[in-house]
Amino acid sequence: MTQARSAVEFDPVVPHGDNGIVRSRGRQAKAPWWLWLGALALVGPLLLAIGSLFLRVFDATPAAWDTLFSTRTLGLVWRSFALTATVTATACVLGVGGAWVLARTDIGFRRGWGVLIALPLVIPSYVLAMVIISATGATGLIADLTGYTFPSISGFVGSWIALSLSTYPYVYLITSAALTRVDPTLEDAARGLGATRTRVFRTVVLPQLRPAIGAGALLAALYTLSDFGAVSLMRFDTFTRAIYAQYSGRIDRSPAILLSIVLILLAAVIITAEWRTRGRGSIFTSSPSRSASRVRLSRAGRSLWTAGLAALVAVGTVVPIAVLGGWVLQGLANDVEFVIPWNAVVGSITGATLAAIVAMAFTIPTVVLIVRHQSKRTEVLEKSIFALFSLPHITIAIAVVAFTVTWLRPVYQSLGVLVAVYAAMFLAQSVSSAKSSLMAIDPTVDDASRSLGRGRFQTLWRVQLPLMRTGLLAGGALVFVTTLKELPVTLLLSPPGFSTLAVRTWAAADELLYTRAATAALILVAMSVIPVYFLSIRRRESVGS
Amino acid sequence: MKRLIVLVAALAIIGTACTSDDGSNSLTLYSGRSEDLVQPLIDQFEEETGIEVTVKYAGSADLAATLNEEGDASPADVFFAQDPASLGTVALAGLFEPLSEEILSMVPDRFSDSDGAWVGTSGRARVVIYDSTKIDASDLPSNENPFVDEEWAGRVAIAPTNGSFLSFVAAKILVDGEDATLEWLEGMAANDQPRYSGNSPIVEAVNSGEVEAGLVNHYYLLRALAENPNEVGRNYFFPEATAGSLVMPAGAGVLASSDNKEAAETYIEWLLGEFAQTYFAEETFEYPLVPGYPANDVLPPIESIPTPDIDLSELAPLLDTATDLVAQAGLL
Repeated sequence: MTQARSAVEFDPVVPHGDNGIVRSRGRQAKAPWWLWLGALALVGPLLLAIGSLFLRVFDATPAAWDTLFSTRTLGLVWRSFALTATVTATACVLGVGGAWVLARTDIGFRRGWGVLIALPLVIPSYVLAMVIISATGATGLIADLTGYTFPSISGFVGSWIALSLSTYPYVYLITSAALTRVDPTLEDAARGLGATRTRVFRTVVLPQLRPAIGAGALLAALYTLSDFGAVSLMRFDTFTRAIYAQYSGRIDRSPAILLSIVLILLAAVIITAEWRTRGRGSIFTSSPSRSASRVRLSRAGRSLWTAGLAALVAVGTVVPIAVLGGWVLQGLANDVEFVIPWNAVVGSITGATLAAIVAMAFTIPTVVLIVRHQSKRTEVLEKSIFALFSLPHITIAIAVVAFTVTWLRPVYQSLGVLVAVYAAMFLAQSVSSAKSSLMAIDPTVDDASRSLGRGRFQTLWRVQLPLMRTGLLAGGALVFVTTLKELPVTLLLSPPGFSTLAVRTWAAADELLYTRAATAALILVAMSVIPVYFLSIRRRESVGS
Repeated sequence: MKRLIVLVAALAIIGTACTSDDGSNSLTLYSGRSEDLVQPLIDQFEEETGIEVTVKYAGSADLAATLNEEGDASPADVFFAQDPASLGTVALAGLFEPLSEEILSMVPDRFSDSDGAWVGTSGRARVVIYDSTKIDASDLPSNENPFVDEEWAGRVAIAPTNGSFLSFVAAKILVDGEDATLEWLEGMAANDQPRYSGNSPIVEAVNSGEVEAGLVNHYYLLRALAENPNEVGRNYFFPEATAGSLVMPAGAGVLASSDNKEAAETYIEWLLGEFAQTYFAEETFEYPLVPGYPANDVLPPIESIPTPDIDLSELAPLLDTATDLVAQAGLL
């Protein structure tokens, strides 16, 4: 069963990119053209748009090159890297810890914890930052309630906390799903041979989870790289913040474009690093022979883990919602008019639902291509999809404005383009999620279908699609939630008159209208609870199927 | 899954069909001013004139960039922006249709573009917000220059990436020259003045005791006080005419590519009429710019604010230089 993996691990001459699965199968099926068409139809135009924006470097002004080669740029690279590394490490610890304790132990109230600890995913990072800032400090909520002055948090530490909270759910969700696919018989065998529980986790469970943790960590890292809201409120200078400053502070666009190119190179380094350290090949267990027996926690262990989960939920979910609720109440107490922005509610639901559906539809050919027809070209495609996820949204927005105005004028500022851009820029999330589902399925299943006379398309429709269904739907839910939080692309590409809750939250907070900002943010969080509930309970389904 | 695909196809078609309709009695407005402040005005305008307005809300600088990318293909009829620099950026690209003399004459010249590309609709003064429990107004200097002295080290917050701060820097270049401006910015950096992302975070930081003072626009504090009257922040207007005491207008212009310029001008004229000017005074705590409409009671009259003699149309061409200087000083 683990043959594919060990074949690569013990064969140092296998060059990178020459995949273990392919080797062990001994042949590489050529991808049919329609798979490529399906995979490129969505991201292709966006890549073109960004490519043509980047071509403007040839017109870059001397001021732009000065900006790029100033000593400051190195500082930006370093700070962005440091933040990304610490956030990703924290996200891994919190995410894997949470996933393991909820999937593999007998800790109480599991379903409830499962939903609660995934919730920070739905709170926009700038709202988290705003809440942290206003809860701490001499006149913060914590000081008001307890009398103890919690030091104000900003800068690196503030960005680290806000972004770790925003991103650990990626690792948690993807790892939990993977944990249910890990066959517990291996663990039992290791235990039976006398290994301690810690050793089993380290040498048996963790290596099998490696692709899932890697996928979650990559999303966490790239999200951190692209984030503007949290670092800007926390006043920590990163690449993305510098790019926004260049866009808003200059008529000349070229400095921002040059910096965006450097950022994408930075993302490429991270993507490649994850790629190289990833165990090649994978372990096929279409369904575990039985679900894992739960570890019985000792009394001390149970209290410790419960306290840990409670602390995480308190910081990431309870405090933000309490602060937002507090703002609404304070406004009401001062007779501020209470308004529910219905058009924004409708806009958010429409945009996010369509984006999720479109992303899922295009994820299918993309994932089949990436997993079943792996080649140099599919690798480039996959890396490009992840690179898109790392770009500052303002760069994407400007690129698409220029591209659609020039080439696709009839659909400029239409809902269709907005949704397509959402889906394309967030495709990395649904691809990650669906890919891990499909990778867990032995490719011989496809061969069986083909040999029974099914065509490629029928195999895709009847065999591969149902098998990756849970991963695909979970990916769609991730896209839904992230689209709800999106701001810059929504602002610039939406049809006039279109509004979303994220936009309302941002605009009102910018005008210091906290009651309205908090109202919109609370509705946004409430709306995301359903997909998050689905995301965090899907592991039960996937075991059942 | 099949049903999903049909649904997507249907929605995509609807989405494409829903692009702007070019009826003569409708306007598309790009608003760099937020929906919370502007929408009540739009609703009233629609009711009074029967002209239907579709609004695209975003940041002023972002919309200026968008208009520049769109060129003459812009769906916008009117650009309503928060600051003269964003308006000037669009004017520099030659995308505005000059306004009629009738509209321009309603507002004092110093609040409009010298070529008539845009007109100021409401005024916002640069002020110092200070924590009244820690600083006495009489201890504050008469202009922004002493904030580079050791006495003020680490006590005066700025928002170097914010549009209104950059406009202030551009104005300072006009008033004091490029060298003196750079020196001042470097002094602020050397003095470790705390940096924030915008006016609102500074006002919030002062009100929460995180920082003692900050350079902001005047109206943010008044809005914060409206939500919570116990805030400790107060506004201080510099008594000397420098860039730091400038009253900068929010304003509007008609796009040359508009296919409905008449309605566009009607809208701008309406912004200078009684309802809108009173709304700016009462609801947004800004200064009405049309003579005869008084400012909010809580504000000193606009005539009492000493303002340097500069042409606001010259701010936008200096925007890139301002950003360069801010970066050179290590503040960006």
